[in-house]
Amino acid sequence: MYGLAMAKGLMVTLKNLTKKPTTVQYPEERVKQHPRFRGEEFVWYEERCTGCASCAKYCPLGIIKIVTSPSETAPKQGDKYRLEVFDIEIQRCMFCGLCVEACPYDCLFMGSGFEQGKYSRKDMVLHVEDLRQADKHPSTFFRPQLEASGYDPRGGRPLNWREVGRESWRWHQQEKSGLRLEHSPVDTAGSQQESN
Amino acid sequence: MPIRTEPMTVNVGPQHPSTHGVFRLRITFDGEEILEVEPILGYLHRGSEKLAEERNYVQVVTLTDRLDYTSSMINNQAYCLAVEKLLGVEPPLRAKFLRTLVAELQRIASHLVAVGFFIQELGAFGTPLMYAFRSRERILDLFEMLCGARITVSYMRPGGVFADAPPDFWPALTQFMHDFAIEFNEFEQLLLENEILLVRTRGVSPLPPEMAINCSVSGPVLRASGVNWDWRKMDPYDAYDKVEFDVPVGSHWDNYDRFWVRMQEVRQSMRIIDQCVAQIEPGPVRLVDLPLVIRPEAGAEAYGRVEASKGELGFYLVSDGGIAPYRCKIRSPSLINLTVTEHLLVGWKLADMIVSLGSVDINMGEVDR
Amino acid sequence: MNCQLAADNILFENALYRVIYDAVGSFLPCWLAYVAAGLAIMLILVNAVLLGAALVTWFERRLLGRFHNRIGPNRWGPFGLLQPIADLAKLMTKEDLIPAGADKITFSLVPLVMMAPLLLMTAVIPFSKNTALANLNVGVLFILAIGSLTTVAIFMAGWSSNNRYALFGAARAVAVLISYEVPVVISLLGVVMVAGSMSLANIVQAQAIPFLLVQPLALLIFLTGMSAELNRTPFDVAEAESEIIAGYHIEYSGIKFALIFAAETGAMLVVAATIATLFLSGWVGPFAEYIGWFWFLLKTLLVLFVFVWIRATYPRLRVDQIMALSWKFLLPLSLINLAATTLEVFFLRDSAGTLATIDLWIMAGINIPLALGCIFLFGNLVPENAKVLSVRPTTVVVPAVATVEVR
Repeated sequence: MYGLAMAKGLMVTLKNLTKKPTTVQYPEERVKQHPRFRGEEFVWYEERCTGCASCAKYCPLGIIKIVTSPSETAPKQGDKYRLEVFDIEIQRCMFCGLCVEACPYDCLFMGSGFEQGKYSRKDMVLHVEDLRQADKHPSTFFRPQLEASGYDPRGGRPLNWREVGRESWRWHQQEKSGLRLEHSPVDTAGSQQESN
Repeated sequence: MPIRTEPMTVNVGPQHPSTHGVFRLRITFDGEEILEVEPILGYLHRGSEKLAEERNYVQVVTLTDRLDYTSSMINNQAYCLAVEKLLGVEPPLRAKFLRTLVAELQRIASHLVAVGFFIQELGAFGTPLMYAFRSRERILDLFEMLCGARITVSYMRPGGVFADAPPDFWPALTQFMHDFAIEFNEFEQLLLENEILLVRTRGVSPLPPEMAINCSVSGPVLRASGVNWDWRKMDPYDAYDKVEFDVPVGSHWDNYDRFWVRMQEVRQSMRIIDQCVAQIEPGPVRLVDLPLVIRPEAGAEAYGRVEASKGELGFYLVSDGGIAPYRCKIRSPSLINLTVTEHLLVGWKLADMIVSLGSVDINMGEVDR
Repeated sequence: MNCQLAADNILFENALYRVIYDAVGSFLPCWLAYVAAGLAIMLILVNAVLLGAALVTWFERRLLGRFHNRIGPNRWGPFGLLQPIADLAKLMTKEDLIPAGADKITFSLVPLVMMAPLLLMTAVIPFSKNTALANLNVGVLFILAIGSLTTVAIFMAGWSSNNRYALFGAARAVAVLISYEVPVVISLLGVVMVAGSMSLANIVQAQAIPFLLVQPLALLIFLTGMSAELNRTPFDVAEAESEIIAGYHIEYSGIKFALIFAAETGAMLVVAATIATLFLSGWVGPFAEYIGWFWFLLKTLLVLFVFVWIRATYPRLRVDQIMALSWKFLLPLSLINLAATTLEVFFLRDSAGTLATIDLWIMAGINIPLALGCIFLFGNLVPENAKVLSVRPTTVVVPAVATVEVR
């Protein structure tokens, strides 16, 4: 009969009236943020950086500016450079993570924050000093060794450069031979059924 | 003596709540009836094709995110397929399945946006839209888990995807599929047979199949016009030859069919996702032989296409041997589907105009590029 | 001085008025006391309606939020109760724009013309025993007549704004409002006939059982018609925000917009109160002598809930379909209802022309099946092709496959 589906629609909305809201009250509560989140403040480990500027070359927008000078601590000439300028123009950054992907020494990480609103464009540039002094909560984006350790950048303690791991190329080799995948979906589906 | 009337010209857009972005229509009305339509485009032009010539092959992936921002995954997929054809390489099997899986998740998300706004334009105050977005949020959460971003995902790379799914992705996906089946049933109950929706959309703005084919329309709009044409079936890419699904086809060619086809495609996408989860096997997800900076041989050309949520999305790439494409032509379905605007709108009423436009489901990011 | 209010004065039955009148009458001349008491009670009523409109805004937004699985406004005050105040403060600080080419006088008059009928309508509604401002003996007629004045304001707004969207909205609104007057008036005739009076207080008294049961068809028609007159979903074509953005009030900003908005929500409140009075037996309930206002509020809230519920669920109809619904569906239904009620009243009334409670039960027994039958009948008159859905023939046209060469 005509009109029946309309009554059904009313029932659907009435049923949803009694459900718990799916939204959260943002500043007080937050939805869960996943460890791979590509956040705003970049995490940079100077101890590892050689100043190769791969990140700057790989940035699609060219917003990373690097100026280096030869480092006195380098074992031999040309091995490592001291960073004089490392400016990241956060205002233009689109958080694609390609700089992190390009870094051959695992010294640049994505951050995990997203609440860095500023009133002036000048303040929207991350300088080398900011990067040095910032609390280091690296995102696990493109850093499987960090992800495997179960680190959660939001709520986890700051990590120093020794703790974040450095096995990017070994991971690639392992992945090539299919060794790294302990978690196949078939397993998880099985464990789901058991728990049910 | 008849009353003398005169036509009235109204600018609908570029700032109008229902033109899906900065789309402008200059419409001449006779009362509420439409006499003439002139679409005006270009308010969101960002020069994506030209920008692609300045970036290397991997960097262009970030541009494709921003074409149709409701289906970034599928854009990534189309571009990566084009580059792979250019290089003559095949991604690993697991990567193919992952791509298929996320593309179908993205198709669900995109269709939910399309259907939600379609009903919103019919005048339902937010409820179906909110229900659609409630489910879409869960999909975006899955994407965040997978690649760290929700909208501009940049998940795929030429030769695979950038990383395997984290271990907690699979239980979350299972949970989502379970919840979504319930939510979508509810959604269908609310909408699919609603009489008001039926009288508003049934028989309105039919698009005959001949016209659709002549205008090179693709995607759900073409299928709603009764043409069984889906690139996932016709030319299976990635893992689509390993999964089973049906292609819903409309029979009345009208607004309701365009809505109905999208609703059915969500169901088919759910089927595909289930099959992908069942079939996916451990393995590498990216061709590690491929360097970060790709240099195809000079003179190579390739056209990679996918069945995006809005239609056939194609990337035509020409290489001159450098690190950036010499030319990157984007065949965007939204723009080409807009060619039928005049046919759909003229002769119908103002209220139908908005709905017909919504049923084509354009996305200005893709139209103007 | 000792002033006495004449017993045939329409204000005589208003208990609150008489209290104020007696109080100020002790030291003022009688004519001044009459005016002063009138002004005092008007002040109460006007503020109550405006405050009520603000609360209805809050109620609707909160409830819609919950229908949407959201929370809704909840920052200002407990449960966000102060949200309307914050909105008002924001709107008052906005610039009050008058578009170039607008008819300034008409444009500025619109909020007042919208607000006035609304306040007048509240005058005859009995909130509790003996609390209607005026127990008018033509209350129902008064409500219908004053209520349709809003049309004028809407058309003034659309015409004077010098905006084509506004003109669309105004033309649509006038067309819809005028066609819905007819079934609404006819449906209320049934109520009036059963109650035997046009005074709202008498109608409440006459409801030994709520007219919801005695006149179900009339309630359906009145609810639908009033939804259309209030521009509420699924009939909100006059301000369809997805089509003509905001319709007739597209050009209004600042305090004028606030007034128009208050008038709209206030009208919803008043209509809900009217429905509660006419069909849900108003303030009648247990202990009505003491807490009649509570029952009245409860019933009004119930009707408001239905309004919001409908808004949360349905899409909008097109203008021509709304007209068709009015003329092809509601008008015949209201005539059937009128005819049935006439016959029932004719055969059931006693020699004095009144109906006993048992008569009302008999009428309910006849009218409820009648209403269901009519809806069923009209529901099945709709052409078949519009309702089919799940099983669909697929006439598939497959174009000749062009050979696509892919390199």
